[in-house]
Amino acid sequence: MNSLKATTFLIAAALAAPLAAQQAGGRLDIVVQPEPPGLMLGLVQNGPTQLVAGDIYEGLLRYDTDLNPMPGLAESWEVAEDGLTYTFKLHEGVTWHDGEPFTAEDVVFSAGTFLPETHARLRASLAYVDTITALDPLTVEFKLKEPFGPFISVFESGTMPMVPKHIYEGTDFAANEANNTPIGTGPFKFDEWVKGSYIHLVKNEDYYVDGLPYLDEVYYRVIPDAASRAVAFETGEVDVLPGGSVENWDVARLTEMENVCSTGKGWEFFAPHAWMWLNNREGPTSDVRFRQAIMYAMDREFMRDVVWNGLGKVPTGPVSSATNFYSDDVTIYDHDPDKAKALLEEMGYDGSTIRLLPLPYGETWQRWAEAVRQNLSEVGINVEIDSTDVAGWNEKTSQWDYDMAFTYLYQYGDPALGVSRNYTADRIEKGSPWNNVEGYDNPELDAKWFAAATMTSAEERQAAYDEIQKEIVDDVPVAWMLELEFPTLYRCNVHDLVTTGIGVNDGPRNAWIEE
Amino acid sequence: MSFWTRFRSNTGAMIGVVLLIAVIAVALFAPLIFEHSPWQMVQRPFLAPFAVDGLPLGTDTLGRDVASQLAYGARVSLLVGLVSTLVALLIGVPLGALAGFYGGYVDEGAMRFTEFFQTIPNFALAIVLVAIFEPSLASITLAIAIVSWPPVARLVRAEVMSVRKREFVDAATLAGLSKPRILIRQVLPNTVSPIIVMASLMVATAILLESSLSFLGLGDPNAMSWGYMIGAARTVIRSSWWLSFFPGIAIIITVLALNLIGEGLNDALNPHLSRKGRA
Repeated sequence: MNSLKATTFLIAAALAAPLAAQQAGGRLDIVVQPEPPGLMLGLVQNGPTQLVAGDIYEGLLRYDTDLNPMPGLAESWEVAEDGLTYTFKLHEGVTWHDGEPFTAEDVVFSAGTFLPETHARLRASLAYVDTITALDPLTVEFKLKEPFGPFISVFESGTMPMVPKHIYEGTDFAANEANNTPIGTGPFKFDEWVKGSYIHLVKNEDYYVDGLPYLDEVYYRVIPDAASRAVAFETGEVDVLPGGSVENWDVARLTEMENVCSTGKGWEFFAPHAWMWLNNREGPTSDVRFRQAIMYAMDREFMRDVVWNGLGKVPTGPVSSATNFYSDDVTIYDHDPDKAKALLEEMGYDGSTIRLLPLPYGETWQRWAEAVRQNLSEVGINVEIDSTDVAGWNEKTSQWDYDMAFTYLYQYGDPALGVSRNYTADRIEKGSPWNNVEGYDNPELDAKWFAAATMTSAEERQAAYDEIQKEIVDDVPVAWMLELEFPTLYRCNVHDLVTTGIGVNDGPRNAWIEE
Repeated sequence: MSFWTRFRSNTGAMIGVVLLIAVIAVALFAPLIFEHSPWQMVQRPFLAPFAVDGLPLGTDTLGRDVASQLAYGARVSLLVGLVSTLVALLIGVPLGALAGFYGGYVDEGAMRFTEFFQTIPNFALAIVLVAIFEPSLASITLAIAIVSWPPVARLVRAEVMSVRKREFVDAATLAGLSKPRILIRQVLPNTVSPIIVMASLMVATAILLESSLSFLGLGDPNAMSWGYMIGAARTVIRSSWWLSFFPGIAIIITVLALNLIGEGLNDALNPHLSRKGRA
């Protein structure tokens, strides 16, 4: 209900925006949790770093909440008919925070030299790239070896941040002194970082978009305890609680306060998708009937309503409804204990104990595991919850020492970027908790995943992914639990904070405060 | 005056006994009183006490019956309390007795070993042990036993040292009894009363330790316990007070009962030290 209210508010705000004069000035205090390990976005890409450094660094493109590309450092772009050539026209008059001009050479250096070395996720996409050429100081051309459908989605700031060539060329990137005082092209400049307390950014007076940003300064506040963060928001010490910074129960309470708005938008690019790994290699979970029984036994709607306070959406399969090429034409697993019991009987489940490994991320996830155990015990599956810490969870999932294990991963806008990695057999590799951990091996589908990634037309890709989703959902390689919603809480007089698919990460660029 | 007469005349101790019996009864008969398991989601979440018939203490964050959780929690608390105390006694009593009776190098060795454990803060050591073994009822019980035996060893050693100088021990030696036999048959039985008093207080401490561990999320995730209930309710303490209040009360009552009994036992077993005698 709250998110509905917030959505209405957003639409109203969006409509009203051109009319109301944006007011310049003011200071925004945003919670960052946990404290980022560094701010050099080309080197570190975890959540908190992206949140803060998304104001300092920029990518060639930005993406709206429907994941359509928008101008960023590139003011226009062109994709050739054959899907092999991408040409970007850069904005004129862009300078780095130290005054040096930003040119096509920086793009070539970032995407061709710096990021292939430091950015594991982007490296997979850059493997499709043949050459990157600066045609003139303001034009860059990417030539691909073969068509790669999702390539248009890799130019976001956290995926392909532009880094300054004049500072990093020929140096040891990770050891460069400048990493402590990041230099980007973004709307805010780095000013000061008091470890354990705050990170202070100030307005970039020379920003290349006229009038932007409106804010004078942004403080990212480090507050280690969830309850203290809630209190800081209540007392007005901070203005913005990005998704996931307080417990869900507090979200409900805080949104009821006066002048507090909340929105679930701003996560479309990430589309956090939660599921349970089901070990496809051994034990009862290696039987597809058992995995289907698990899906029927669970009341996922109830879990969403109770454990997640109604936030999020029950998924239909591996692709989030916020991600491109989603399809709901699949088998739907409703809460149907009788069906689950029938399946268990058919396979002859012997009642052996199934271990369930929760994600050690706080009370919500613990309650979630308890609800799953209860649902499964009602159809006769004997579940025991393992207790663990983050290191133990990493160890057990990446070494395949589990029966069922909670996780959630980002999808990055396209199934070829953030979905297929968890289901194709070439991604079965011990030692990482982010790949095909469940051990699902279906060569026929693998071929379809690969084909879909290299198709050029969107219609073709949609048809291919429709087929894949329909088939994979019947196999239940993992138990899809929830499309997570991480609501952003903010004061209602802060406008235009969440306008893109990465939300608060690049939110302060357009945000303004109404006095 | 017999032991029982003295004990019975102590009002506090009798209140303790009644309370403890009540807690034990609830723990024993939990499956008869509540037909569903404490993990079963029976109603809407966050129902206040008495809001719905049949749920006198309301429901928790997942809609589970708080009353049923309390009853099953009593089982875990009492079980961990008793077993860990027994294990602690099994380690502490023999070690203390040997140290006190034989003296010399045996005493030195045993006491340095004991001090090694005493210098590490109890709770910190328990956390480390549980974290290493992975939380389960067995590992928690063992961890609590390991951190609570040193005081037992020291107490028994002191008692044994004072008893072994008595004349009846000399008499036993003259009668040709072997040393181990004297220790077991003559000395130890005379140190029983302070051990009993200490044990009753140790059960109370163990229950508190178990609750604290569960509160921190280091409890057995498959066993309902009071500490777990409070830990899970911590995040909603401002909107749903009853979720942490009732398990809190349960812990207080149980620990208080055990302390009262311990006090009563102390007075009854050492009449010359009893408060009445002093007054």
